[in-house]
Amino acid sequence: MITPGPEAHSARRPSKINVRVLRQDGPGTPPYWELHQVQYEPDMNVISVLQKIAAQATTIDGKKVAPVAWDCGCLEEVCGSCTMVINGRVRQSCSALVDRLMEDNPEEIQLQPMTKFPVVRDLVIDRSRLFHSLKRVQAWVPVDSYFDMGAGPRIPREDQEQNYPLSQCMSCGCCLEACPQFNKVEVVRHPGESDEAFDARKKEAYESEFIGPHAISQAMLFNSHPVGKNLQKERLDTLTSTGGIQACGNAQNCVAVCPKEIPLTTSIARAGRAATLHAIKKLFDR
Amino acid sequence: MANNRVLVVGGGLAGLSATMKLAELGIPVDLLSLTPVKRSHSVCAQGGINSVNDQTRQQGDNEWNHFDDTIYGGDFLPNQPPVKEMAYWAPKVIDLMDRLGVTFNRTPEGYIDRRRFGGTLYKRTAFAGATTGQQLLYALDEQVRRWEVEGLVKKHEFWDFLGPVLDDNGRCVGGVAQDMVSMEIRTFPADAVVVATGGCGLIYGRSTMSVFCTGSAASRCFQAGAKYGNGEFIQVHPTAIPGADKLRLMSESARGEGGRVWVPRKPNDTRPPKQIPQSERYHFLEERFPKYGNLVPRDIATREIFNICVNEGLSVDPTRMCVYLDLTHIPRHELDRKLGGILEIYEKFQGVDPREEPMKIFPAVHYSMGGLWVDYEANGEGGLLPGSPRNQSTNIPGLYAIGECDYQYHGANRLGANSLLSCIFSGLFIGPGIVNWIKSNKAAADLPKSIYEGALSKHQARHKKLLSNASGTGENPYLLHQELGDIMTRAATVVRYNNQLTEAYEKVSAMNERAQRCSLADTGNWTNQNVIFTKSVQDMIPVAQCILKGALMRDESRGAHFKPDFCMPSLSATDPTERRHEAEKWCDAFEENTRKYLKSSICSWNGHEPDLTYEDVDTRLLKPRPRLYGLVGGEVIEEVWKQRTRNQQEAAPGRPASKELAGAS
Repeated sequence: MITPGPEAHSARRPSKINVRVLRQDGPGTPPYWELHQVQYEPDMNVISVLQKIAAQATTIDGKKVAPVAWDCGCLEEVCGSCTMVINGRVRQSCSALVDRLMEDNPEEIQLQPMTKFPVVRDLVIDRSRLFHSLKRVQAWVPVDSYFDMGAGPRIPREDQEQNYPLSQCMSCGCCLEACPQFNKVEVVRHPGESDEAFDARKKEAYESEFIGPHAISQAMLFNSHPVGKNLQKERLDTLTSTGGIQACGNAQNCVAVCPKEIPLTTSIARAGRAATLHAIKKLFDR
Repeated sequence: MANNRVLVVGGGLAGLSATMKLAELGIPVDLLSLTPVKRSHSVCAQGGINSVNDQTRQQGDNEWNHFDDTIYGGDFLPNQPPVKEMAYWAPKVIDLMDRLGVTFNRTPEGYIDRRRFGGTLYKRTAFAGATTGQQLLYALDEQVRRWEVEGLVKKHEFWDFLGPVLDDNGRCVGGVAQDMVSMEIRTFPADAVVVATGGCGLIYGRSTMSVFCTGSAASRCFQAGAKYGNGEFIQVHPTAIPGADKLRLMSESARGEGGRVWVPRKPNDTRPPKQIPQSERYHFLEERFPKYGNLVPRDIATREIFNICVNEGLSVDPTRMCVYLDLTHIPRHELDRKLGGILEIYEKFQGVDPREEPMKIFPAVHYSMGGLWVDYEANGEGGLLPGSPRNQSTNIPGLYAIGECDYQYHGANRLGANSLLSCIFSGLFIGPGIVNWIKSNKAAADLPKSIYEGALSKHQARHKKLLSNASGTGENPYLLHQELGDIMTRAATVVRYNNQLTEAYEKVSAMNERAQRCSLADTGNWTNQNVIFTKSVQDMIPVAQCILKGALMRDESRGAHFKPDFCMPSLSATDPTERRHEAEKWCDAFEENTRKYLKSSICSWNGHEPDLTYEDVDTRLLKPRPRLYGLVGGEVIEEVWKQRTRNQQEAAPGRPASKELAGAS
């Protein structure tokens, strides 16, 4: 993925950039577009644009507004925090370089929150469902203890090379945003509802819906680990129950948008085969 | 211990390893983090994690050597028992991470592959591509999720730690924190609080650190009475990609895998790098440090790169300062297998393929060796006593610090791939000590509610006061932060001068008052990032003061702290007798400097600024010796130094050589 350096576009450098942001003050309130303008500088990305917007806290018309809220962390595309929809495409805002965006659309940059997760405020969304899916597939190696028991099992280089890409999933949610089978679930807290009751309702709502490609891929990662596979049956039980692998419509959008180029559809195909075998085996074991 | 709980603040490698170990020991944990723990800054660690291993062992390596390299690399500033314990635990830590499923790179036979890192001559570093921190963090995150399902861990993500709660005797009995979504402030009663909140790079504006690394949690503990140690020791990493929002790390592993740093010998050479013939390339690290080459410790590599650009005018780019980091001689498939992650970062952010073109890099603020002062209890062999509640305890009883936010393991300069180790080690090691602490104290759950109500109302008042500063006439917190970053970057990074430090200290101290007058653009009570950020900027200032004051008062050069006006010169005499004489004098000066400055600087907060005192360093295992990487005349100095050491040992025969004392265990 080679992109030309900023030097290549020096001739077309604008002095200002228009940034249109889809804002929302809180859950249940209507979203609205707002236009901001920031000074252009070389080597900008969407993060530095948002930093400028926060410092200005003024729209293009000079109206004082609250700074746009957004989520970010590492700024080098390994933490997954700053995922949003930029010019219609889901991606991390840190690696969205302004010079590239201006090439596609010199008029303005459009920022929207992801649409498959409840909006907390502006570009901040609640991705707890994504992490809950990792619980559903028991995405861990069930070791006996954390005492010193010597090294783990020897792993052939080939297996490591297959597993390492899957293990790079940073839970950003791009695959879920792009998946036609993954629908938004927004559970609204009742007045006076306790944390426990609210969590229980969220869990129920999440578990009745599609688990998502990221979790299927994690299930495959742990099923191929020599000790991780001790939970293989449990993971396949999950993948063959409500919201499991059968919900996948094979649109293959997930793999196309994954910023880490994780072979998600390969994982889904593997999971599909394993799930079929698992179902047949269960039939005979009855 | 049904009634007991521990509050862990921070979900990076240190916080997560402490959490999972405590959960295994049966202690319920509240885990508080600014971000979903899986997104913590540990994900940015790239190169690897160090330990002695079967292969290096057979080349003469052992745990003692790892300990020695760490102490020598850290210029003898760390207390030795914790570092020794860490080096001896290192192989066990990697074994555990291996069992947890970390996808370490493998040799063709299936063993964990290793590479070489700075400050050592052995291949000690285990790695998972060039995203080792991410892979280690994920393995711990998975285990903690497992305990969450078991009901022993309760996560509080998107919560900001506001400070510890102390009872009337000064014991820490919990924390106060704020929900960054609903803005609710509440207390978390706990029998012990573990702060694992990482570094403070944001004090410098731009650094290699994530946006969470403000140091504000450590600062809040400091302002509540915890001591802060060795603040002036800030690691500037030699190789990073300059950027408008962040300086992105380019791992030392690039050099560990054979990457070479160079500039054209001719200043302002405009030819593209690949057209410059070998003979006209100045591989300045290799020429000046033949033993370690491109893998000299970080403080040294940083100064050399800085010097070559600033003083020798050999920067490879006329518009900004940088040097080449060249990987183009290494086969593509080898690069992809071992360094893929960092090469993608360069490609994505610079738009140039580093497999084809040398990268352009420059040093950047990277790591804080200093941090919250913590205690330890040594055992008879000079390591740590397992299970002692003193280990990793701050001077506030019941308040612990681990990971980058403590000052314990890296002294004046951290060796590459030792930070992941110190984080996981301190997190695992602390568990049994905390259990013993809890056993000997009254449960927090049984304490009077008034203690918590007092702490809560104090923080609520601070919050309300900030929200009421809405006039728009006060300071803009974002601009104030930029100003702080500029001052700190100019005065307290690679090269330090007393006049600049004095000026910076005055300016930053004046900011303390200005920061109280910040006016907010958002005065609402829903996901108000404006107010959270403003609080963190306010709390950056006391730590910035510790850094500046520590640097100002330390009139010497040690590790990352370099003052040209106070550094040990190279030898200049050419006549052997004179040179020997010069070396003798050099060693006298070194001994005098050690007596005067081999001390930890300890800051305590007096309500307005830090008070600075000094504490002796525990050198029970290794006698401080000159750090001579690349120094002209180093071989003569070493000779003189060895002779002196022999003489001293003969004069005091009762004391065994330190190596035999502890290396035998």
